[in-house]
Amino acid sequence: MSTTAETGAAEANTQGFGGVQARSEAVLNPPRIAIRNLEFFYGDNRALKGIDFDIPDRQVTGMIGPSGCGKSTLLRVLNRMYSLYPGQRATGEAMIDGMNIVAPDADLNALRAKIGMVFQKPTPFPMTIFENIAFGVRLHEKLSKAQMDERVEWALTRAAIWDEVKDRLDASALGLSGGQQQRLCIARTIAVRPEVILFDEPTSALDPISTLKIEELIDELKRDFTIVIVTHNMQQAARCADQVAFFYLGELIEVAPAAQMFTAPKHPKTQEYITGRFG
Amino acid sequence: MSLSLTAGAIPGPRKDPEVALALGRRRKRADRIVRILCVGATLVGLAFLASILLTLTYRGFEAMSLRVFTHVTAPPGSEGGLLNPIVGSLIQAALGTAIGTPIGMLVGTYLAEYARGSKFGNAVRFVSDILLSAPSILIGLFVYQILVLPFGGFSGWAGIAALAIIVIPVVVRTTEDMLTLIPNTLREAVIGLGSPKWKMIVFVCWKSAMSGIITGILLAVARVAGETAPLLFTSLGNNAWSVDLTKPMSSLPVTIYSFAGSPFEDWIALAWAGALLITLGVLSLNILARTVLRGRK
Repeated sequence: MSTTAETGAAEANTQGFGGVQARSEAVLNPPRIAIRNLEFFYGDNRALKGIDFDIPDRQVTGMIGPSGCGKSTLLRVLNRMYSLYPGQRATGEAMIDGMNIVAPDADLNALRAKIGMVFQKPTPFPMTIFENIAFGVRLHEKLSKAQMDERVEWALTRAAIWDEVKDRLDASALGLSGGQQQRLCIARTIAVRPEVILFDEPTSALDPISTLKIEELIDELKRDFTIVIVTHNMQQAARCADQVAFFYLGELIEVAPAAQMFTAPKHPKTQEYITGRFG
Repeated sequence: MSLSLTAGAIPGPRKDPEVALALGRRRKRADRIVRILCVGATLVGLAFLASILLTLTYRGFEAMSLRVFTHVTAPPGSEGGLLNPIVGSLIQAALGTAIGTPIGMLVGTYLAEYARGSKFGNAVRFVSDILLSAPSILIGLFVYQILVLPFGGFSGWAGIAALAIIVIPVVVRTTEDMLTLIPNTLREAVIGLGSPKWKMIVFVCWKSAMSGIITGILLAVARVAGETAPLLFTSLGNNAWSVDLTKPMSSLPVTIYSFAGSPFEDWIALAWAGALLITLGVLSLNILARTVLRGRK
């Protein structure tokens, strides 16, 4: 708990708009996902327009913007969640490891194992805590009982919930608190050992303490995972993100390292949004 | 505009306290009338229900004895029981449910998970809903035409088929309703882990909806346990002991039907005993269904 506060204080030497403090780490890693001319359609409605930017490896990319701006849509493009719904389609490129995510012939199950997702509301499965974690692992790997035990412990530990549940792994996951359920969902996602984790407003249904825990977790997880987070909370974007992308009406208005975004945004719209004048 | 309104110029005539009082009295009178009508209608309904239940309980317990459960049906005046109708009803209701439930669950799953919003799905749902409210004698007649006539006569299997057809739409409805209640984000969470759709349905959706589906199945059992019309044309009834499904088979509702209409005192008494047994069975199934549903919360 204290580590984040300290590093946060050490890094955040810049004072941004509206008292928002951003981390000063301005150097972005090489791209993990390269998005080029990406467009998305709900039926005939074009929800994303010519999106171009890179998501840096093992850093946190925050996506911000008013409701309906397309940030959640973009997140759902990155693991092809939209393919569940007829009438939704994407064109353009989102390249990861030489593979185009939006290509019609992409292997969706393999893609989703590589790019995990954590949702706005906690979504525990109606099974035990252990089974919640093991379910995803079993989809992609054949592990012995001992290996599975080890994996479950590892995932729960990484998600900072092991100490709270280690004595009741056989209890139903539905009995956990909201914040615990959300960390369980994060554990479930990392247990599959993805390379990228998408967070869709992961704390908007949680109380401040649980929110803080999730934010610390994200900070910790970026050592091993590339993270993309959609958030409505400017402070959260400033606290968590290394790179911030601002969307408006389906367009990417500005993308920049967080420190720059929150201190010297280039586009007037960005400035208006992060200072709270609309949105 | 808002200024002139707040400045005291309220439009309309001045407020008259007499008018307000008169209107208040009228409201109270109307309120009392509606209330009396509602309570009255409830009392009439309750009176009928109580009368039925009291008569049933009184005459049913009067006729109840161990003999009812140990002896098969016999000619009037010769100390018969209801063993064969009880066993026949249990077999037919159990097998009918066992056959109808998986079909109903799969159809309901198809409607909720694969055909949501599709034209074919809507057509299937419509037909299933019609079947749900179709007079059960039609189903009896249908099975009579396709199973009884071509295969040489009444049989337990025909009765089971008729009951299964009645079970199917009930289970389709509850399965679809319960699956539709599951939020899509739960489905997305399963798919997001890289799970194929069938695993999502079997391990997460069915599991989430299970208590609701079980409730539906129990209510379906309660429904078919009391069905008479479809069995009249199919398993017919059998006065001798028989568990051979290829032969006519006895059942409680049909036995009640034929015994209650007879001129013999002891048969009529047995009909009351049978009616009480069915009622108790259906009642306990309903209670069980409610308990299962409550256990979910």
